[in-house]
Amino acid sequence: MPTITELRVNGNKVPLNTDAERSLLEVLREDLDLTGTKYGCGAGDCSACTVLVDGTPTRSCITSVGSVASKEITTIEALAKNGTLHPVQEAFLKENAFQCGYCIPGMIMGLVGLLDKKPVPTDAEILSRMDRHLCRCCGYPSIVKAIRRAAAQARS
Amino acid sequence: METNPINCPAEILEDEQIIEPVAFEFGLNRRVFVQMIGAGVLITASAKPALAQRSGRGSGGARPRNVSARIHIGKDGIVKVMTGKVEVGQGSRAELTQGAAEELRVLPSQIQLVMSDTGLVPDDGNTAGSRSTPATLPAIRQAAAAARSLLVAFAAQQWGVEQDTVQVRDGRVTHAATQRTLAYADLAQSDELAKLFNQPAPAEAPITPLQDWKVLGTSVPRPNGRDLVTGTHRFSSDIKRPDLLRGKILRAPSFGAKLVSIDLAPARAMKEVVVVQDGQFVGVAAPSTARAEEALDAIAKTAKWESAPHPSSQEVFAYLRDGVQGGLPKNPFADELSSANKVLRQTYHAAYVQHAPMETRSAVAEWRDGHLTVWTGTQNPFGYLGELTRTFRLPPERVRVIVPDTGGGFGGKHTGEAAVEAARLAQAANRPVSLKWTREEEFTWACFRPAALIEAEAALDVKGAIASWHFVNVNSGQSAINTPYRAGKARSESASPRAPLRHGSYRALASTANNFARECFMDELAAAAGADPLEFRLAHLENGRLRDVLEAAAKRFNWRERIKQKRPDMGVGLACGTEKGSYVAACAEIAFDRTQNKINVRHVCEVFECGAIINPDNLRAQVEGCIIMGLGPALREVSRFEGGKILNASFRGYQVPRFSDLPELDIHLLNRPDLPSVGGGETPIIAIAPAIGNAFFAATGIRLRSLPMVPPAAKA
Ligand code: FES
Ligand code: FES
Repeated sequence: MPTITELRVNGNKVPLNTDAERSLLEVLREDLDLTGTKYGCGAGDCSACTVLVDGTPTRSCITSVGSVASKEITTIEALAKNGTLHPVQEAFLKENAFQCGYCIPGMIMGLVGLLDKKPVPTDAEILSRMDRHLCRCCGYPSIVKAIRRAAAQARS
Repeated sequence: METNPINCPAEILEDEQIIEPVAFEFGLNRRVFVQMIGAGVLITASAKPALAQRSGRGSGGARPRNVSARIHIGKDGIVKVMTGKVEVGQGSRAELTQGAAEELRVLPSQIQLVMSDTGLVPDDGNTAGSRSTPATLPAIRQAAAAARSLLVAFAAQQWGVEQDTVQVRDGRVTHAATQRTLAYADLAQSDELAKLFNQPAPAEAPITPLQDWKVLGTSVPRPNGRDLVTGTHRFSSDIKRPDLLRGKILRAPSFGAKLVSIDLAPARAMKEVVVVQDGQFVGVAAPSTARAEEALDAIAKTAKWESAPHPSSQEVFAYLRDGVQGGLPKNPFADELSSANKVLRQTYHAAYVQHAPMETRSAVAEWRDGHLTVWTGTQNPFGYLGELTRTFRLPPERVRVIVPDTGGGFGGKHTGEAAVEAARLAQAANRPVSLKWTREEEFTWACFRPAALIEAEAALDVKGAIASWHFVNVNSGQSAINTPYRAGKARSESASPRAPLRHGSYRALASTANNFARECFMDELAAAAGADPLEFRLAHLENGRLRDVLEAAAKRFNWRERIKQKRPDMGVGLACGTEKGSYVAACAEIAFDRTQNKINVRHVCEVFECGAIINPDNLRAQVEGCIIMGLGPALREVSRFEGGKILNASFRGYQVPRFSDLPELDIHLLNRPDLPSVGGGETPIIAIAPAIGNAFFAATGIRLRSLPMVPPAAKA
């Protein structure tokens, strides 16, 4: 069985020794204790597990660790710097854009990935990114407000 | 160990406050408690707050008298408030914090709410049925008010002044005339005060009247919001323990299937894998989920099962109808029917659906020195505790259930299977075990919202008034079954056949189905009477809260104008309803896309009233969530099954609402400061489906009487 011995996560080189076929989600959560990334479906259908892989929002549940061995992985844990929230986190907090909050890390990572590439996204671009993210509390209206706030900030 | 699915406690369907009684007394001893909570003064829960609401029905036997500490003021001045309620996204953490802050005259940020750790908190009952607001909030306020009055009495006594000359503000007790002041933290240093606090609090301390509210009634944000946006909040499946293993449970290939034989050897041969068989229960634990899956796959291949017959979702309504002992109840109003001007009779259906909370059922279990601790997501921590003590035959003081704020419940997380499963594995492994259900397991083995078959029959007199009303719900229960409309004679009844799927309460229980059928039927009656749907309803409603929300919604939506506009394939509809003491009305505009055979909900105006509003932003979020969540079962969601298997046990096959489903929303919260507050996390869901159905009729002339409402062309 092919194994993997190192991952680049949140700016660090992390040694590990595990089966390269395991999902990135599982390795982040179970081996590295980075539990901010959530399991929602394990099948690529909900985007709760979204992380950035070389800056691109990626569903970690359907990504094997082996396939990202040489790439830079960013998780929700690395967004806030020295206790200062990332503007997207700030926007979610300001708008109270969470009910149970379980979907929120994935939403935030998806949006961060989009805004990093497209600071001035069109509504269609926002929808096409965010429509993959499920929120079962159906807190979509406040999340939309948070997205607008974050996008406005990214523009300015 | 018995792992066959049983229905969630039957009473939950009827009356969610009632949970399985646990006939024992327990509690951590005071020393241990103080170790955990820190030094300071403690006030015990006063006068059985949450228990008083349980009027004994079904709960036979005494409730546990558990640790009853309610409020603790630390020597550091931090106020801890203990509650058995759970935060599942409905916002109780903010609201209960507000209640304590208001009465203790401190900022919400000075309160730490300790929720649902059975080792620390009083039993506030199941978190369900919108009971947190009407029952637990007053209990917490009462205890906080009592604490405040004790602090005042104590300070007054120390200073030798009259109590009514002492003021409390911002966590300080002050005597203005002599300019003396003491912070709560100072007071908490006093051993004498500690003694005073150690008695049960006086129940009669006055709570803050509404006109003086400073914290209640305002939009206090979620106290732990920052933990949610940074991903640092640990949900139960995020809990890390030393030497933690990951568990997997063998599931039957179909409902009702019995395990005949299995060879455990392949898994036993794997390094670091623990295998457990206990009757029908088979599970494995391993250092990683992948490893556990591998082990489970290896033995699952060897399992022999004996399957049981099970109806398909296609035939489920016939199955339910046939299952009613003695047949469906007959309409008792034969005279009214024979003398009626018009008689209308219709049948409505609601499919089985899943709650599908974003966080699947999960638990971490750990045994140490014969004590069991579980972290799990549940709406019912003390009920779980009972389940665990029974299953493992443990005295209650050896079990502790801790419920971290949980990733959604929607009425679906009342039973403790994940915790029991994790605990059984952890017992065998002698190491802590984390167990997380997969989405497929969640779609298959969690409680369903019960399917409903509803028959409605009504007679109209010559004036178009309802002369008789007969309403029968098969399978989904009684919530909101009684009609709020005036009728010459009315009977509403329910029948419970043997159910093919394990079901439990859904957001607002059976009222989603009952209100759908009733409000669609009212529309049909209005049409039969040649009346406008709004006027027909108003003509049958007394003055009161339901009428108020209906009129308010119609006005905001401009109903009387919009119903007249005729545009091809577009229509407006309305519906209203009441449940659990709150009132809702919705108007909706839909457009029917014939090419895609799709109903697009374009605009929803909803007015909701649940007494005095505790936290407007949170209530608005609940109402929004209800409306959008309600779009799912209204238009798309249905659990399909055949041969005892769920055919669409994934978010791909089972389509829940998304961003792109968002209609334009106009939500109005009708504040009634003169009325007691009740919960708002459920009832706002009950008006949306019938409003859409009625709008579809206005657009097309076609009645859709089954949830989900799929236009006929796509049915074939
Ligand atoms: S958990 Fe990865 S997409 Fe749902
Ligand atoms: S906030 Fe609960 S799932 Fe999105």
